Amino acid sequence: MNNLLSIHTLRFLLLIVFQVLLFNHIDFLGYVNPYIYILFIALYPVKNNRMLFLFLSFLLGLIIDFFMDSGGINATASLIIAFIRPAVLKFSFGAVYEHNVLKFNNTNFIQKLAYFSILIVIHHFFYFLMEFFNISKIILILKNTLLSSIFTILLSILITTIFSKKTK
Amino acid sequence: MQQIVNFILRNKSFLFFLLLLSISVSLTIQSHSYHRSKFINSANFFTGGLYNTSNSISSYFNLEEENQKLNKENARLNTLIGNTKKESISYIDTTTFENTFKFTPARIIKNSYSKQQNVLLINKGKKDSIKDDLAVIDNNKIIGITANYNSKYATVISILNTTSRISAQLKKTNHFGTLSWNGKSPKVVQLTDIQKNAPVKIGDTIITSGRSSIFPKGILIGSIKDFKLDITENYYEINVSLFNDMTNLEHVMVIENKDKSLIEDLLNNE
Repeated sequence: MNNLLSIHTLRFLLLIVFQVLLFNHIDFLGYVNPYIYILFIALYPVKNNRMLFLFLSFLLGLIIDFFMDSGGINATASLIIAFIRPAVLKFSFGAVYEHNVLKFNNTNFIQKLAYFSILIVIHHFFYFLMEFFNISKIILILKNTLLSSIFTILLSILITTIFSKKTK
Repeated sequence: MQQIVNFILRNKSFLFFLLLLSISVSLTIQSHSYHRSKFINSANFFTGGLYNTSNSISSYFNLEEENQKLNKENARLNTLIGNTKKESISYIDTTTFENTFKFTPARIIKNSYSKQQNVLLINKGKKDSIKDDLAVIDNNKIIGITANYNSKYATVISILNTTSRISAQLKKTNHFGTLSWNGKSPKVVQLTDIQKNAPVKIGDTIITSGRSSIFPKGILIGSIKDFKLDITENYYEINVSLFNDMTNLEHVMVIENKDKSLIEDLLNNE
């Protein structure tokens, strides 16, 4: 339990540092940035205290907001995906999730891809919706969501594959 | 009563979610409706310190380019001094000339240009007598206006911020308008409210007007890229391509107008 706690604390801090110092400055094509910090929310233990999980996600987003001077954009988007995560888990992993034996290290690749993609697309959509804050720019919002999502999905699959411990 | 308590207990995580959501959405709305967020900004000890550390490492990578820039600026100032001496006996420079504007050099430690609300961070704060609403320029070209500050750091609302509004004018004549940004390209800003009878030509220079008492008059902004009349057909909407490369900034100057409070008092009394 202690080990698990320290892993998640470390992940929380490392993701913030890398997001702020590295991934916010990629600016591929001038504006496409990956928002990799939501890996913390995606990889949080499935069995959890819901209130604490919501609060941690909110806090994570808020800290990123402090660094990016962006009001409450990241906090809103993170909070929303933290709230809908159980539904996404159920949708992408089905029976494995319902029997409470889900471990992210040994899941099937397609299921993992689906899980990450849904969370990331929803997060990015709300992120850009909040950033533009103007429904008449919906085309621009969707374009940004699509491009940034592809980038984030690729990176998060890469990162989780590299840092996963094979449990065979 | 029992039922209400039960309802709250049953839905406590959902209610907690709603509470946090309303906080974050209101912070977002605040950041959109008011051009500076009072609570969420990077001018604090922790975020400023981290950006400062990372910048002190990364600034070594483009030292050569920055040196060249500073050399050019030096050369420009030297020619200015040389030419002024020849023209008149009374010697003009900013330390003696009425002393209206105070220049403070600063370094950008966090740059941002790909978002809708771009905010920069500089490594000077209250200790260096930085206040809010001071002009920030780079090599006599416009960058933005300071907003929040603490003892060591200050945030700068970039001209690449959809909420920023700056008074600007044509260099040739005194027709003035409002400079804003539509959030599309970090190289192009928009100048609106220029009267229809103004002589607007592609390639003309746009400078700050000095009307807002933040920027001194004559800070370079950009050149006219294209223009058209707006819906009312009374004013021009002009696309201005910036002289400054906002994606590559390091050393900047903060300008304080010492007469600003006098001007504002006078305007408020009327």
